[in-house]
Amino acid sequence: MTPINIRRWSWVHKWSSLVSTAFMLLLCITGLPLIYHHEIVHALGNEVEAPAMPAGTPRANVDDVIATALAAYPGKVMMYLSQDKEEPHVWALTVGDSPTSNDYKPLLADARTAQMLPEPPLEGGKFMSLMFHLHVDLYAGIYGKLFLGFMGLLLLVALVSGVVLYAPFTRKLAFGTVRHERSRRVRWLDLHNVLGIVTLVWALVVGATGMINTWADLLLKVWQNTELAEMTKPYAGLPPVTTLASMQAAIATAKQAAPGMDVGFVAFPGTAFATPHHYGMFMYGDSPLTSRLPKPILVDAQTGAVTSSADLPWYLAALLVSQPLHFGDYGGQALKLLWALLDIATIVVLITGLYLWIKRGKAQAAKPAEQRATEAA
Amino acid sequence: MQIFGPIWTAPIVLGVLTIVGLVSALVGDGVWDALSALALGIVVAVGAWYGLRRPKKRHGARG
Repeated sequence: MTPINIRRWSWVHKWSSLVSTAFMLLLCITGLPLIYHHEIVHALGNEVEAPAMPAGTPRANVDDVIATALAAYPGKVMMYLSQDKEEPHVWALTVGDSPTSNDYKPLLADARTAQMLPEPPLEGGKFMSLMFHLHVDLYAGIYGKLFLGFMGLLLLVALVSGVVLYAPFTRKLAFGTVRHERSRRVRWLDLHNVLGIVTLVWALVVGATGMINTWADLLLKVWQNTELAEMTKPYAGLPPVTTLASMQAAIATAKQAAPGMDVGFVAFPGTAFATPHHYGMFMYGDSPLTSRLPKPILVDAQTGAVTSSADLPWYLAALLVSQPLHFGDYGGQALKLLWALLDIATIVVLITGLYLWIKRGKAQAAKPAEQRATEAA
Repeated sequence: MQIFGPIWTAPIVLGVLTIVGLVSALVGDGVWDALSALALGIVVAVGAWYGLRRPKKRHGARG
């Protein structure tokens, strides 16, 4: 590589890293407890579980579950209903003052008795809620998300420019050499290079999928305004649905339309994932892919008949497939532990990088990058 | 500059191992999860080995 190129890439690496480092440290540190979200919520006693009952206890009518919830919270309307495969005895309900209310309430009900379970703390309790918001949106909603997404983009630039600089800075060293006999600055440069190249592909994947996740709200809006709007065109201008069709029947109808799948998530009319006239029903399968990529089915909320079903558009499929690759929650405890260790290694790369910049010294800063590369290698 | 020269051998192997580790757990459970843990485990072990090892002190050498 020519000296002028080394200088240019050094400039790119320096500035993309410097601007994003503080936020990347924040993301790595808050991401650590989020890897163990489930375990921490459980340990803090913030988890609500359905009581044990004999196996084969029949499930209650879902309409009774909904009626119980709405009776317990007068004036509220249903927003969402969902069930997790891991916890088949629990229905999760979200109620609010209106279908688009920001002041919603998550509730849990026993799927067998149709009785309400204790109200779970919002977002897993104070600690996990803090970690979640610092990691996802900095308490600034969509703007916070997009800002962190931009920081993610800078991280990707820093990673790519770091790879370009890897060769000129290590070309005379055997792989993994950390020169302990030299000054701390040289030692930390070597550490930065070794751990940076070891974690490279993982950091690229987690960084890129994290950035894609920040676009989730926008991608949903695109879907609502294009394909979803197209599907519900015939219903435009009709008065709102007054009496909602039976959910129990709607689920049965949706299951017939999607053989081998079960309902995972239902959006009630007027919410973001439905239309003013439809239940948006999201059906999940058993295979590794269909358990992540739901099939959306629109059920007429007045008549209970299926209006249409379609596959998710490619950009929502990409979003949903990119989520596990960011969370590291798809390969059991071993993968979680490795995720945490790679996260810690990335923190070391960030800190050593920052140290190299702080300790660059006047003499070092005056030297062009190509000279430093020659000296370092 | 040799693109696939000695400098890049280890990084490419580690990169491929990482991709195998990330994708295999996505494909299925059981054996696939184990393969994922093995592949990513090697990557983490390599990082830990080079990142944490300290040189043996020799006479006359600085530690």
